[in-house]
Amino acid sequence: MFRKKKYTEAERRSRRKFIKAIAAVAAAGIVPHRKAEALDVTWEEWTQQHFKRLTKEELERILKRLEEKYTREYGKKVSVTAEPPIPGVTFAYALDLSRCIGCRRCVYACVTEINQSRNPHMKTVKTTEEVNRRKSWLQWIRVLEMEKVKGINVEEAEIYYNPPKVPEEGKFYMPVQCQQCNNPPCTKVCPVVATWKEPDGIVVVDYNWCIGCRYCMAACPYGARHFNWVKPFIPKDELNPRTHYLGNRPRYAGVVEKCTFCVQRSRNGRYPACVEICPVGARKFGNLNDPESEIRYIIENKRVYIFKEELNTQPKFFYFFGV
Amino acid sequence: MKNAWRFFLETLRVSLTGSKKYYLWVGFLLFCIFVGALAYVHQLKNGLIVTAMRDEVSWGFYISNFTFLVGVAAAAVLLVIPAYIYNFKPIKEIAVLGELLAVSAMVMCLVFVTVDIGRPDRFWHLIPKLGMLHFPTSLLSWDVIVLNGYLIINLCIAVYILYKMYHNEEPNKNVYWPLILISIPWAVSIHTVTAFLYNGLAARPFWNASILAPRFLASAFCSGPAFMLIIFQIVRKVSNIEISDKAIFKVAELIAYSMFINLFLLGAEWFKEYYSDTVHIASMKYLYEGLKGHSALVPWIWAATIFNVIAFFLFLIPKTRENFLTLNIGCVLIFIGVYIEKGMGLVVPGFTPDVLGEIYEYSPTNTELLVSLGVWALGLLVYTLLLKVAIPIQTGEFRVDKVARREVPEGEQVPAS
Ligand code: SF4
Ligand code: SF4
Repeated sequence: MFRKKKYTEAERRSRRKFIKAIAAVAAAGIVPHRKAEALDVTWEEWTQQHFKRLTKEELERILKRLEEKYTREYGKKVSVTAEPPIPGVTFAYALDLSRCIGCRRCVYACVTEINQSRNPHMKTVKTTEEVNRRKSWLQWIRVLEMEKVKGINVEEAEIYYNPPKVPEEGKFYMPVQCQQCNNPPCTKVCPVVATWKEPDGIVVVDYNWCIGCRYCMAACPYGARHFNWVKPFIPKDELNPRTHYLGNRPRYAGVVEKCTFCVQRSRNGRYPACVEICPVGARKFGNLNDPESEIRYIIENKRVYIFKEELNTQPKFFYFFGV
Repeated sequence: MKNAWRFFLETLRVSLTGSKKYYLWVGFLLFCIFVGALAYVHQLKNGLIVTAMRDEVSWGFYISNFTFLVGVAAAAVLLVIPAYIYNFKPIKEIAVLGELLAVSAMVMCLVFVTVDIGRPDRFWHLIPKLGMLHFPTSLLSWDVIVLNGYLIINLCIAVYILYKMYHNEEPNKNVYWPLILISIPWAVSIHTVTAFLYNGLAARPFWNASILAPRFLASAFCSGPAFMLIIFQIVRKVSNIEISDKAIFKVAELIAYSMFINLFLLGAEWFKEYYSDTVHIASMKYLYEGLKGHSALVPWIWAATIFNVIAFFLFLIPKTRENFLTLNIGCVLIFIGVYIEKGMGLVVPGFTPDVLGEIYEYSPTNTELLVSLGVWALGLLVYTLLLKVAIPIQTGEFRVDKVARREVPEGEQVPAS
C-alpha cells in the first residue's frame, strides 16, 4: 500500500505468495489476482518454527535472512541479533511520579528506538454531536494526564492532552507502558505461546509466531499491547539499524507487539531509550537481583505504588514518589 | 465403501437440483458470499485497518457474531433434551435438524474467527505438535478444541442417522444415543468455554463477573430454540415431516423460562453495578446510558431489552404462545434481542472505556458488515444444502430404493469376475 518493493527477478520467482493463494481460495478463484500487500510471506517464513524450538543453526540462518531482507528494504546495513537473557539478571523499572512533567519525550524516543510504524491508525470518533476522524499512532508508552485532586483514576485520565506548556497547574502525569508482569495475564491467554516471559523477566512476542488473535490485548490490564492494523511503515532514513529478533526489528502486519524494556539495549548493558531521554530523570532501570542497584534502593527506601495491584499481575514496573 | 460413495453422489445431486425458488435462494446466498469474499480480500490486502477495530476496542463485530453463534449452535442441540423428556414423536427428525443447525453455526463460528485474526496464514500454529497449542492454559485453545470437536460430533450423528435412513435401515440406537448423549454436555461446554474466554480476564471488569457463563447459557436457550421454532414451521410446510403443534408450544414455553432466567440474571447484574456504584460501572453505563457523550450502543441495547421483555410475555401467556402470529413475532424479537445482547452488547462494552480509561466508539465499517454478511450467507447456504438432503430422507422421499428405481445406473459396470 505504501511503497512498491523492488525485487530481483530471481527473488520474485522464488517468492511464493501463500496469502494470495488463500485469498484466491476465499474468493473461490473468481477474484483477479492482485498483489497482497498487507500479508505476503515466503515459504521459508511460513514454515518457520516457534522461536524456542529453533536450533542454533536455524536461528542463525533466520537472523541472517532477516538482516539481508531489512538491509535490502531499507537500503542500509541492518543487524538482527538475538542476545539471550543474562543469567542472574531480572530487569525492573521505576518511575518517579513526582518528577514526571508529561513532556512525552519518552514516547517519541521510544518510537524511533524501537522502529515503530509511522503509519497513523486513523480512528473514527463518534460522539452524539460530532463525527470525526482522529489520527492515532502506535505508541508503546501512553502518558496519562490526571488531576491532583482526583488522584490516580484512569476513568478521569486524559491521554490526548495538548496544552502549550507542560506541566500544567493542578495536573500530574503518569506514563504507562508494559509493566513486565511477573504473573502476566497476556502470556497466559495466548493460544499459540507466541508471547512469553523470558528468564530475565521481559515479556516478549515472536512476531513470526503470533497469529494476531488479539486475545492478549483483551487480557492486558495496562493497554500495553498493540496491534499492527496495517503494514508497518518506517522511513528508510529513520530506521534504527541495531535490532533484536524479539524486540525492535520491523514488524509484520497483523501481529501484536509490546514494550520489551529495549531488549536490544538492556541485554547489552545499556539503558532503555526512555530512561536515557527523560529530561527530569524520572525513569530508573536496573537489576532487581542486585542488592546494590538503584532500583533496589528505590523499592527499599521510597513510597512505591503498584498500578492495579489488586489484579495480582505483579509488575516489575514500580511507580514511586521521589520527593 | 461403494455405498458411501453412491450416497455422497446422490446427496450431491439432490442438493444441486430443486425448484426455481430454491435456485433463487441459493443464488442469492452465493451472491452474498461473493460480496463477502471480495470484502475479505480487500481486508487481507490492506490489513485489519479497514475494520473499525483499534487498539482500544480490539475485538468487534466479527467476534460478536462468533459469540452469538456459539450460543445458537449450543442451543440447537439442547433441544434434544425436551424432545426426549417430553417424548415428542419425531424426536430423531428434531435431533437431526438441530444437529445440522449446530454444524452450520459452527462453520460460521470458525469462519468468523478466521476472518478476525490478523495472520490467518499461520493457522497451523494452532495444530498441536506441528504448531504449539497452548493447552490447557489458554481458554482460546480450549475453544479451538471444543468447537472443532462439536462440529465433528454433530456431523457424525447427523450423517450416520441420515445414511442409515437413506438405506432404509433403522439407525442403531447403541451408536447414535451415546453420541447424542455426549453432544448435550458438549453443547453446554462450548458455550461455557466461550463465556470463560471473556470471564477469565480480570482486566475487563465488565466480563469478569461469574454470572457471565450462566447468562450465556440462559440467553442461548432463548435464541437457539427461537430459530429452531421458525425452522420447524418452515420444514413442516415445505415437506411432510410431522411436527406437532404441541411440540412447538412446549419449546416456546421452555423459551419463556429461559428468558425469565436471563432477565433475572440481567437484573442481578444491574443491581450489583448500580448499587455498589464503583468505577467498574463505567462499561455498564456506556452500554445503557452512554458515557461522556458516547452512546452508540444505547438505542440498540434498549431495543434488545424491550424485545426480550415483550417476547418473554408473548411466550409466557398461553394465549399468545399458542397463536402462530404472536409466537413468530416472539421468535424474531428474541433472536434479534439476543443477537444484540450477546453480540455487540457483550463484546464492545468490555473494551469501552479501555483499560486506561479511553473511550473509543466502535461501530463496524462497511467491510466488516459485508464480510459478516458473507459469513452468514455461507452458514445459511450450508444449512440449506444440508436440509435439502436431510428432509427428503426423513420423509422417505429420498431413499436408496426410490433412487435406484428411477435411475438406470449407467457407466457402472459390474467388475468382471
Ligand atoms: S503489562 Fe500487559 S503486556 Fe505487559 S506483561 Fe503485563 S499483561 Fe503483559
Ligand atoms: S495476538 Fe498473538 S501474541 Fe496475542 S494472544 Fe494472539 S497469538 Fe498470542
